[in-house]
Amino acid sequence: MKLAEVAEELGFEFLVRARPEVEVTDGYVSDLLSDVLAHAEPGELWLTHQRHLNVVAVAKLRELSGVVFVRGLRPGPEVVRKAREEGVNLLVSPAEAFHTAGRLHKLLFP
Amino acid sequence: MSGPAPLQHRAVFLVVGLDLERAGAVSTEVQRVLRRLGIEPEVVRRAGIVCFEGEMNMVLYTPGGRVILLVYDDRVELIFSDQGPGIPDVELARQPGYSTAPVWAREMGFGAGMGLPNMEANADHLEIRSRPGEGTVIRAVIRRRRDEVSGGGGGAGV
Repeated sequence: MKLAEVAEELGFEFLVRARPEVEVTDGYVSDLLSDVLAHAEPGELWLTHQRHLNVVAVAKLRELSGVVFVRGLRPGPEVVRKAREEGVNLLVSPAEAFHTAGRLHKLLFP
Repeated sequence: MSGPAPLQHRAVFLVVGLDLERAGAVSTEVQRVLRRLGIEPEVVRRAGIVCFEGEMNMVLYTPGGRVILLVYDDRVELIFSDQGPGIPDVELARQPGYSTAPVWAREMGFGAGMGLPNMEANADHLEIRSRPGEGTVIRAVIRRRRDEVSGGGGGAGV
């Protein structure tokens, strides 16, 4: 399913809409950067509480379909700027991690 | 490992210690350079991860250092060198889950004890030379021509 559809269905707000047509293959929930680098697969949508600059680097390195900040968390403007430069999709979910992940799972794997 | 393959490209990048704002910049740049050189996507991906972990170790634990990228016909090498505090027990540091990261770094999602294991999982060869009080040099080799399609990545579990 395309990221734009996922966002629409789950009420995610785009902070950086770099590649809304990218395919979301699966999801990954983690706040540990090395864990994401080791275990997330390209195309997965990353749900996290971390919202500093390195998140953009990790998402880019791992070729994820995007980063979703859960519980309405918002990164600073420099993170948004960096993500725009690097073509990394950034979104915000109003729901907390468990419910965001649950809804995403239900949507992707009904 | 260090055969007669000709050197295609060499680049040096500086890493500034404790500069978390710019941390990750070198690995992003290394990937950009490798893509421009037409290196295989799988190799670019693995080199990016190795570089990010090496770079983050330098940023978190040392006053800084440098990363040398060497691109050969048959392999990509990344050499990380710093004048940091060194690693007293390299074997212990290689173990998944072992970390000496300070609390502030852990709160940012670093210090899971997966840095060196991630480097090992994504490199075909990893050498660590360290002397307490003098610094650390890490050499990572990522081979370019691999018969198996599904190489690298992922293996380091915690």
